[in-house]
Amino acid sequence: MNHLLELKNATKTYKGGTVALDNVSFFIDAEAPSIIAVAGESGSGKTTLGMMALGFLDPSKGDVLYKGKNLRTLSGQEQTNFRKEVQAVFQDPFAVYNPFYKVDHIFEVGIRNFKLAKSGAEARRKIEEALVSVGLRPEETLGRFPHQLSGGQRQRLVVARALLFRPQLLMADEPVSMVDASLRATILESLRKMKEEYQITILYITHDLTTAYHVCDHIIVLYKGSVMEAGDVESVVANPQHPYTQLLIDSIPWPDLSRQWGQQEINAIDAETARIGKGCKFASRCPHVMEKCSQSPPPLYQIDENQVAACFLYEDKPTLAGEELGQLFK
Amino acid sequence: MSDYVLRVKDLDVQYYTDAGVVYANNKINFDLKPGERLGLVGESGSGKSTMALALLRMIKPPGKIAGGQLLLGATDLTKLSEEEMRQTRGKDISMIPQGAMNSLNPIMRIKDQIVDGMVDHNLGLSRSVLEERAYDALDVVELDRKVGRMYPHELSGGMKQRACIAISVAMHPKVIIADEPTSALDVVTQRKVMQTITRLQEELGSAVILIGHDMGLMAQFATRMAVMYAGSLVELGSVRDIFTEALHPYTEMLIDSLPTIGKRGIFKGIPGITPLLRDLPTGCVFNTRCPKVMDICRTKTPAYKEYRPSHWAACHLHEDGVAKK
Repeated sequence: MNHLLELKNATKTYKGGTVALDNVSFFIDAEAPSIIAVAGESGSGKTTLGMMALGFLDPSKGDVLYKGKNLRTLSGQEQTNFRKEVQAVFQDPFAVYNPFYKVDHIFEVGIRNFKLAKSGAEARRKIEEALVSVGLRPEETLGRFPHQLSGGQRQRLVVARALLFRPQLLMADEPVSMVDASLRATILESLRKMKEEYQITILYITHDLTTAYHVCDHIIVLYKGSVMEAGDVESVVANPQHPYTQLLIDSIPWPDLSRQWGQQEINAIDAETARIGKGCKFASRCPHVMEKCSQSPPPLYQIDENQVAACFLYEDKPTLAGEELGQLFK
Repeated sequence: MSDYVLRVKDLDVQYYTDAGVVYANNKINFDLKPGERLGLVGESGSGKSTMALALLRMIKPPGKIAGGQLLLGATDLTKLSEEEMRQTRGKDISMIPQGAMNSLNPIMRIKDQIVDGMVDHNLGLSRSVLEERAYDALDVVELDRKVGRMYPHELSGGMKQRACIAISVAMHPKVIIADEPTSALDVVTQRKVMQTITRLQEELGSAVILIGHDMGLMAQFATRMAVMYAGSLVELGSVRDIFTEALHPYTEMLIDSLPTIGKRGIFKGIPGITPLLRDLPTGCVFNTRCPKVMDICRTKTPAYKEYRPSHWAACHLHEDGVAKK
């Protein structure tokens, strides 16, 4: 049985020795589409992970497999299929457009290169169909230049473009972080619709746990390139087990007057300046740090069937091998 | 002696562009008490950053303050000369900028950047006293004193934002305007920075205007909240009133669109788009998107009134008294 996407012990080391992703493994199966969040603060390696999934970056160690085939060794035809079946939505709805072309261009290039339509009329019909399914009116958007549309509209156009390909996997890297709060809901709704109506699996990369909680089924929490906690989004957000996840969830400014920021002192070390030893990467910021935390990195402990946490606090629980992480996402 | 540290009266800001006049702020009215934390929310293009700049009189041509008064204590800022305004800025009213990474001078040490502003304000103090005050400013924002000797590239995002805060509070201003001070930071750093601002504000007794679009942050930080839409102030009240009994339909929809922990997977956006500020609809500015729109909304601009004690709104719905929910 081949997985739709699989990371096998993927490590990425950039020049200068920065380890952006450190031995991360997981897989996503195709039969039941789901939305999986990869969450973490800046520098956690979440974007590196996304770039690897798209084949834009090769891992320094380990492999990335799409439908069982290693991305490094895809043949020409496989490469074309991969490019068609795996689509992306990026953070910045301004940067993806060439300001000299009308917005139709992003659709036309795709249709031409992947021969998605036999005639101009068919192309037009397909574009309009895609636009309607993300809640845009074709007459209000097509034929315009990017600067004539709002950020929310532009971002939905990118989602529509991805939809045009009927992809199997969509990599959405912070798709709503640059869009106004009132428009976020519509874009997130389109993503969910893609999963439910078009059976598309989505890798949702974000630092925003609130939107992740609302749109995703499963979540992987990364810190400094390692998996801290993973599992069913409901369990992880409502009942975080790893001290890092607890800190993250406790720091979300919930728009709820009865849920104020925790009063507990937070260890005032920035992620960027925190020391990393050979043990747990979070040890220097962790309120529950123990002696063994600085000696070796903790394995993933299985809290229950839906949730794992890489923390020695749960030492009495059974461990889960890193490669089996995908088992949680069923 | 007035009870207010800042009173904004009928503020109008307009930009004169080739495409026509852009009405960025229209008849804005509000007061700020000493030591108050006011949150100002609005979507991009609602005029909230324009208002922040106007309060500091930093609107550049083709824009200008077209009318109204900005009373800082007893002084009307709109009447000051450029030089007097320059002396007021930073000392009495200061700003914490949005992008800390782009606000610091890359080739100056942090300490010197804090001192720089104070030198310019002729405080009549010697260099060594000013440096001591710069180090004090670093202490209050919880930065190590050795950061004073560092350059911006040596600091993390959160530290840079703290350095910017140190610069803006070094002269103990009465009013601090924070324009999305944490938008580029992750949640943990954001929380630490906001907690620093809160503590400072309490220690100095300054009033803070926090500008942003994150209602969650407002709920955590502000005591009162103002909502802007398309250049107008549509509602102002205590955070509790706004979250529990919003008067304006826009505020209501804004709050409903927020993801909260209880109602997972329910998305409610606000349909439609914000009108262009150079082509505002007649009547109420929200009439193109309002679910409760009435005939009068398309013809008459609703007055901005105090419908409940200390709870202001501009909406025709409440002309005949506030409907109880």
